[in-house]
Parts: sequence; C-alpha cells; structure tokens
Amino acid sequence: MTGLEIRGLVLELGGRRILDGVDVTVPAGQVTGLAGESGSGKTMTGLTVMGLQPAGGRVTGTVAYDDGEVQVPDLLALRPGALNRMRGRRIAMVFQDPTASLQPMLSIGTQLTDHLRHHLGLSRGAARTRAAELLERVRVPDPEAALRRYPHQFSGGQLQRIAIAVAIACEPKVLIADEPTTALDVTVQAGVLRLLRELTDDLGLAVLLVTHDLGVMSAVADTVAVMRHGAVVEHGPRYQVIREPRTDYAKELVESLPHTPPPGVGEDRS
Amino acid sequence: MTARLAVEGATVTYRQPGRGVLTAVDGVDLEVRAGEVVGLVGESGCGKSTLARAVCGLEPLTGGRILLDGEPVKRLGFRPREVRQRRIQMVFQNPYASLNPRRRVGAQIEDGRRVAEGGAPSVAELLDAVGLDAVAAGRYPHEFSGGQRQRVAIARAMATGPDLLIGDEPIASLDASLQARVADLMRRVALDRGASLLFISHDLAVVRVIADRIAVMQAGRIVEQGPAEQVWADPQHPYTRRLLAAIPIADGLGRLPAV
Repeated sequence: MTGLEIRGLVLELGGRRILDGVDVTVPAGQVTGLAGESGSGKTMTGLTVMGLQPAGGRVTGTVAYDDGEVQVPDLLALRPGALNRMRGRRIAMVFQDPTASLQPMLSIGTQLTDHLRHHLGLSRGAARTRAAELLERVRVPDPEAALRRYPHQFSGGQLQRIAIAVAIACEPKVLIADEPTTALDVTVQAGVLRLLRELTDDLGLAVLLVTHDLGVMSAVADTVAVMRHGAVVEHGPRYQVIREPRTDYAKELVESLPHTPPPGVGEDRS
Repeated sequence: MTARLAVEGATVTYRQPGRGVLTAVDGVDLEVRAGEVVGLVGESGCGKSTLARAVCGLEPLTGGRILLDGEPVKRLGFRPREVRQRRIQMVFQNPYASLNPRRRVGAQIEDGRRVAEGGAPSVAELLDAVGLDAVAAGRYPHEFSGGQRQRVAIARAMATGPDLLIGDEPIASLDASLQARVADLMRRVALDRGASLLFISHDLAVVRVIADRIAVMQAGRIVEQGPAEQVWADPQHPYTRRLLAAIPIADGLGRLPAV
C-alpha cells in the first residue's frame, strides 16, 4: 500500500509521554483526519512525523513511507541529510497560521521557487513558471503579479492558499495539514476545504488532516482517528466515527459539540 | 424594557494615508437590553471588533452616539474614567496578550474588585464561578492553558460587577470542545450577576447556542437582526444565508460546504 504508515509512535519529553504509541495509516488518495482535544497529541503526531518534535524529545516507533517510487521503511531512522531530501520534496506540511508560516520579508515568488530550485534543480525561469502555475492551481488571482508581492498584501484565505501552493510545489505524495482552516472565516474555510479535497482526488495525495473541528472532519476526511492522551482510541470510516462512535470517548467528543440542526431548517433549541 | 446599551447610528472611520477614508462601522443601530445576550457575527474585517472598541470608548466615533443607561460613553483617555463608566468590561480575543504575564492571577482579579463599589465577590468565589480552583489565584498566567486563561480573563472582567460585558471573539483562540463550554460559561456568569452580554464572534454555530438575539454584520453595516432561532432557521438576508451555508456540519456525510 502506498502512503504513510505510523506504528507505535512514542514521544517522550522531559520524562512525560506526550505520544503513547500512535498507530495511524494514511493511504494515498485519501484524507485521514486526526481529531481530539487540545493536549491529546494530534499536532505533535504531525510534527514528529516531519522530525519537528521539540528539542530534547525522545522518539521511538516507526513511520514507513511508500509512494511507489521511493520506499523508506522508517523516516525516524533517517540521517538529517536524507530526511531533508524527503521533507518538502515528498512530505510537506501546512500550518495553522499562514501569517506565521510565510516569511514576511521575502516575496511570494522567492518563497515559492526556493525549494523548487533546491529539490528539483530547476532553473530560475523554470521555477518561476512553475510557481505561477501553482498559484493558478490554488486559484490565487493574477499569479504573475502575486509572485512579486509580499505576504502582508494578501488576505488570510489567500495566504493559506499560497501556503498550500508552497507545500505541493515539489509534488509531494504526503501532505500533513495542521489545522489549516482554523484561522479562517467560514466562507473562506469552505474554499480551502474544497481545494484540499480536490488536490487529494486529482494528485492522489495522502493527506493527514489534524483538526479539532468535527464539522471540517465530516466535510473532507475519509477516515477519522480520534486521539486521547497521546494514543488513538478509535479509527474508522468518517460516517461510523461521527454517527456511531464505538468508544465512550469518541461519543463524548461528538456529543460535546453544540447540537446543530442544519441552518435554514426550523428546529427548536435542544 | 429599556435598553442598557443603545448604539444609535454609530459611525467609525479611519483615515488611510494615500487611500482616502475607510468607514469601518457605518451607521450601526444596535440595542442590548438588561439581562440579554446579543450575539454579533460577521467575517473578519466587517467592523465588529471596531464596534466593540467604540462601545468601550476605545475608538472615537465620527457620527452617531453610544449610550449606556441613557448616558453617552466617553472616549477613554489617559485619565481614569468615571466610576459609572467602569460598568462596561471587555474580554479580549487573545488571553495570552490580555493578562499580565508577570503578575499572579489573583492580584489581577483583585484589581478588578478594587474598582467595584463594595459587595464584590471574593477572588475565590470569582474563580469558582468560572470553574477554577481557589489555589489558581497564586499562579501566573503561563501556568494555565488557553481555555483556563480565558476563564481568568472572564473572572477579572466580572470582578468589577459590570452591567455590560463585551466579549470580542473570546473563543476564537480556543479548541472546539472548549469553545461551546467557555461561551456558555460567559453567558451564565454574566446573567447570574445581572449583566448584559454582547458576544462577538465569527462562529454562528456557537453564537446561536448562547445568544437571545443575533445581529449579522457585513462591511460595517448590520444586515440582519432578530431572535437567535429565527435568524438561524429562517435567514432573510442573502449574506446570512451564505454564512450559514458555509458552516460544515458534523453529520458524517462528507458534504463539502458551499462556497
């Protein structure tokens, strides 16, 4: 199977077990949701897979990567140089706050072409052309002009689209999205979710979507894994986890949502 | 019932160098009655935070007026404001920035109590009301999580015994599982102490649960206003309909929200 396979991932930090044996499979062409409350370790799972865990953290377990072309039995065992050839090239990440993840002093063009030239060895001109295509792909208006602009000249929704463009630039096979729409308005969020789904279907990406919003989960995820205290307590198809949760904790999580009848339908407050 | 807070034709403009004048709040009429929770929703940039700041006197009005129990709210300057005007309190969006990191939580709540004219509940009672333990008073803000900090901020605002509590996106930086809880807590704490609540958020789903009335704001104007259930179930304005359609519903069906 192609995609990412996380097995028994443990992260110890200052004597505390932040992750306590996480098992998740992220198959290609699917969105795998990672849900849970704050402090459950869902963000740490994403970061640890990328080798971005906090300094001093001790990591055990395996993360197997396979995209049909390249197989890595365990990403965690790679040396820094080998890991750097994977990150940004085959595994990419989108963070929650695009105003923080993009460099304010560099133009969008620079930030979109830097890793293209490094990883793929493209010439300046070729990278520029590809960057414009990418902006078009994520539907940023007037790509050529956008390349010359700086992050502060865009709205939050546009910036997150650009951050996604940066992430998919080198055609990675795995995308880790950590709360990619939390900082956005609902109408903008809807657009970014559609984009994420589209990219998954068109490019066959394996997406690990970390979010606390079960509404978002329900909209784009194919399977949902619920985390608690650093371990996955339930993992199953979207419909089953949200509508017929098997474990008590997943049930609690679903029930803690404000009971929301679909808008525009007359129903009493319950 | 008389209005506790009456906003009449309030207009706030910003001068932008080289780009003319931006009207952030454009002739807004809004009323918050005693013991009422009003939810103000809209997307970022629609002027809802500017309106909140204007209500507190943090933003000068270009036109219209804002009355608290019939008295105009004065602009906040460097001088301490009149006692009567301290009855408006605000809970800000970011509890990491709104609490002083170098002072104990108890001391910060104590500041609020000193403003109240007698009869203020004790720090322990205030902490208890927001679901925190009394020992929390001796800790510093960094020892708390985001949700707990926002509870501290609510306790501090309530310590002054306000008549009007304003929450400017108080739940935006919290977890989904916490958002509904903290919003509900704000409603309960405010109403228990006889304060009205103006709750500002971009999240209609949460506002619907705690507000008696909802006002929807777009580009500086209020486009729709009404009882919460009515706005939710039978939205009149196309903008409200668009906002509602974009909310992803946790129904497990994998439906992408409309753009």
